[in-house]
Amino acid sequence: MKHSLQEAFNRVRAFFSQAQLDQELNEEMTSHLEMAVEENMRRGMSREEARRQALIRFGGVQQARELHRETRGLPWLDVLKQDLRFTFRTLRRDRAFSTVAVLILALGIGANIAVFSVVNTILLRPLPFRDSQQLLRIVEKDPKAGESSKTYSADATQDFQQQNRSFQSVSGYFAFTGPNNFKLSGNGQPVPATGMLIAEGFFETLGVEPSLGRGFRSEEFVHQAQPAALLSYPFWKRQFGGDRSIIGHTVDLSDKVDLNNRSVTVVGVLPETFDFGAVFSPGAKVDLFVPYIMDDFREDGNDLALVGRLKQGVTLAQAQNEADILFPQFYFAHKHPEYGKGYTAQLTGLKEYVSGKLRRSLIVLWCAVGLILLIVCVNLSNLLLARMAARSREFAMRSALGARRLRLLRQLLTESLVLAGAGALLGLSIAWAVLAYLAHQGSIALPLLSTVRIDGAALAWTMLIAVGASLVFGPAPALRISADNLQEALKDGGNGTSEGRKHDRMRSILVVTEIALACVLLVGAGLLLRSFLRVLDIDLGFEPSHAAAISVDYDDEGKAENRAAIWQEVVRRASMIPGVEAAGISDNLPMSRNRSWGIAAKGEQARADNVFTPIFVYIVSPGYLKAMGMRLLEGRDISWDDVVNNRSVVVLNETVARQLWQGKDPIGRTALAGGAEAQVIGVIADVHESSAEDNAGAQMYLPSTKQFGPEGSYLVVRSKLPPAALGTSVMKTLREMNPGQSASEFKPIQGLVDHATSPRRFFVLLVAVFAGLGLLLASLGIYGVISYSVTRQTQEIGIRMALGASERRVQLDVIGNTLRLAMIGIAVGITASVIIARLIAALLFHTAPTDPLTFSGMVVLLGCVALLAGYLPARRASQIDPMVALRTN
Amino acid sequence: MGESKLDLLQGTLDVMVLQTLESMGALHGYGIARRIEQVSGDEVLLNQGTIYASLVRLQQRGWIAAKWGTSDNNRKAKFYSITRAGQKQLARDTAYWQRLKQVMGRVLAIQGGER
Repeated sequence: MKHSLQEAFNRVRAFFSQAQLDQELNEEMTSHLEMAVEENMRRGMSREEARRQALIRFGGVQQARELHRETRGLPWLDVLKQDLRFTFRTLRRDRAFSTVAVLILALGIGANIAVFSVVNTILLRPLPFRDSQQLLRIVEKDPKAGESSKTYSADATQDFQQQNRSFQSVSGYFAFTGPNNFKLSGNGQPVPATGMLIAEGFFETLGVEPSLGRGFRSEEFVHQAQPAALLSYPFWKRQFGGDRSIIGHTVDLSDKVDLNNRSVTVVGVLPETFDFGAVFSPGAKVDLFVPYIMDDFREDGNDLALVGRLKQGVTLAQAQNEADILFPQFYFAHKHPEYGKGYTAQLTGLKEYVSGKLRRSLIVLWCAVGLILLIVCVNLSNLLLARMAARSREFAMRSALGARRLRLLRQLLTESLVLAGAGALLGLSIAWAVLAYLAHQGSIALPLLSTVRIDGAALAWTMLIAVGASLVFGPAPALRISADNLQEALKDGGNGTSEGRKHDRMRSILVVTEIALACVLLVGAGLLLRSFLRVLDIDLGFEPSHAAAISVDYDDEGKAENRAAIWQEVVRRASMIPGVEAAGISDNLPMSRNRSWGIAAKGEQARADNVFTPIFVYIVSPGYLKAMGMRLLEGRDISWDDVVNNRSVVVLNETVARQLWQGKDPIGRTALAGGAEAQVIGVIADVHESSAEDNAGAQMYLPSTKQFGPEGSYLVVRSKLPPAALGTSVMKTLREMNPGQSASEFKPIQGLVDHATSPRRFFVLLVAVFAGLGLLLASLGIYGVISYSVTRQTQEIGIRMALGASERRVQLDVIGNTLRLAMIGIAVGITASVIIARLIAALLFHTAPTDPLTFSGMVVLLGCVALLAGYLPARRASQIDPMVALRTN
Repeated sequence: MGESKLDLLQGTLDVMVLQTLESMGALHGYGIARRIEQVSGDEVLLNQGTIYASLVRLQQRGWIAAKWGTSDNNRKAKFYSITRAGQKQLARDTAYWQRLKQVMGRVLAIQGGER
């Protein structure tokens, strides 16, 4: 059909040259009529008669024009254009309504886009690695002892690498990397840098290739190898200004743990898309990567976090079966068979491992934001209904003039689509701003959050909810016109005649729905908020406020005596700084990284199950417990005497002390801790070492002596002064002692706690914002309905007041009406909330899903808001002047 | 006056226009309308205005071409002429209408008693 193609093309062309074609047609028709008139006159008609006859024969100029347009152009597009033009005109005329509607929609849709993007990033989108479904994380089956039980020794790792048949490759990273564990020197002040030690094949396993330079070579993973480093993209940009010539050059990098200063060759830069912290340690940033040399770590115990890539066609279950056979046979260390053997391994998809725990929270968030959209739709339906009442005559007129019902419906739907479209556009920009903010919140410990953005899926989602929303709120008024009787609408001129009760009821149902939805949101938010407050209320075992920590650099040449002297000097000088109440050093801080050893009570009958209990280890200086605000329950703190005399003493926490000696006084007894004997000198209250919500495990605090070496060192200072003010003087003191002290930040301990509770705070904040939004929308809805009904009943109220009803009486009536709606809504809402609350019970902390305080608080809050929303129109009603009300119509 | 006039069947106007242009050469809209009225012996109920929709349709299909010109009495008018494609189409349409005429003739000729 060649001609149909040609015709379609011509139609499109005609559509875009309307004006010219119309003009030509007009000329044609004019000359047509003139010719007809002339001919008629030639036949002897008078001019008027000739013209009349010509017009009769022509048969309607306007119809001919319409037919011409329809034939040549794209009629449906014409109609759409017409609808759009009309829509814009009406919306512009009703500017207040349009603004409110678009704003409400923008908030609802924007919130949905933002949450969808977060959900998409964390839950739905695959990890940013090639064939990421093949990637697995391998951890011990019962990870009791923090990070140490999520890791494997170098020997066990190698055994598994060699013996397994399920994996293409297995590799890992050193799990005990603290922030700023390296110091980059060279030009100017030394800069702290976070370097991740990665085992051979780590990037190959993930499928990440350097964007510049090369990856590590095998010879860089052997003892005494030429040191090499890979830079992360942001660090390369920040520290080296994105200089490509840095590849192959050396930089001075010193390791804060073994304190070797080395010149390290930069062999490559990782791609911008690779964010180690986003996947493996939320909120953390990693600046560079260096080889984990197995031979250097053989005797250090478990320190590798393992990641593997399955072979094609191997299932998780098969790999798990193999691991269940292999891991129990692995020795902790080949050189020391006496340490024993026997690991376990739980294989989990990397994606599941990273974000599985968040699934429930995110789904709740998604539902909450969905509720918001629903409330928005209900609210808009209500607004449109109210507006429809004012426009019913317009529509009646149009249908009297020949517009078919379908045409009117289409007009209404166009309007709601335009509103939703505008809302979606504004919502997108809101979401974009929110996400840009979230992506740069390093303080929120959610995985992958730094990679959040609005992508194609989010845009598709936006379209979907915008169209979906307009279909939900659009038809309400449309139903109305279809149900309306034309004549009645035309007749129903004044405000006086009461409008169909049916519509009144529909609006009331909408308001009740809105209140019920808001109720569910409020209860959900209330419960989560109370859980969060409970979490904040927990006795952490230390005082995070008024304490701050800084990473200390020093050179002890690897000797314990030197270290003791340096530590003592650092603590002595720090304590002398004005405003400092206490100071001390520890190698690890609570709620950041941790490591664990084993502990047992010497002399006690070894219990059957296991001799050693896993225990968190902290190498501390005297004064540290006080600086952290930890509470000594019994005995004494470590003293400088213990350190100087190289005494093996230990401070335990309550839980482990009770566990080891079963209620007998532990002070003075001997424990086997980390392979050495140590005398128990003190017991402290339990410290929440890994998170606020988990129970405290076993902890011990050891002095830094020959037996017990620290992993880095943090100076903790307790002071009422703000950390920023204190930071300068502390840094000055440290620089005096060691000019090579790197410029690291002075961080409040509260920051550690905030970081640990940040996921919960994040969810509570969002749900609370949504609940607030829901409440606002619901109150708008109530106000709208009541206010509208007052307007409509102006005359009625006028008559009643003329007959003697008091202002009070009128007010009470209106408010009573409001409260009736609110109560029905709340009743429905409570019923729904009880069910919903049970569903989110797993997210709650020390809070019952039926928490009476939350529920009653919600009832009071909603009641008050409803009262306020009803009071304003009620006041207006009571101020109606009967005379005016009766006269105006 | 109009009670005995024929209502135009869908699509017949297009054929009439093509045939008129084929036989008369280039004509303006009014000329075409008048010509059809005359040929049909004023039996067709033609709103002259509808001719323009037909003209634009034929033009878009490439069956006729249009050019601005001047009429006999010096009036600016658009002159339409049939194209090569239009002539082919006219031939097809003519064949179709001939067949239809025959079939209709036969069908309507069936007598009640010949069952």
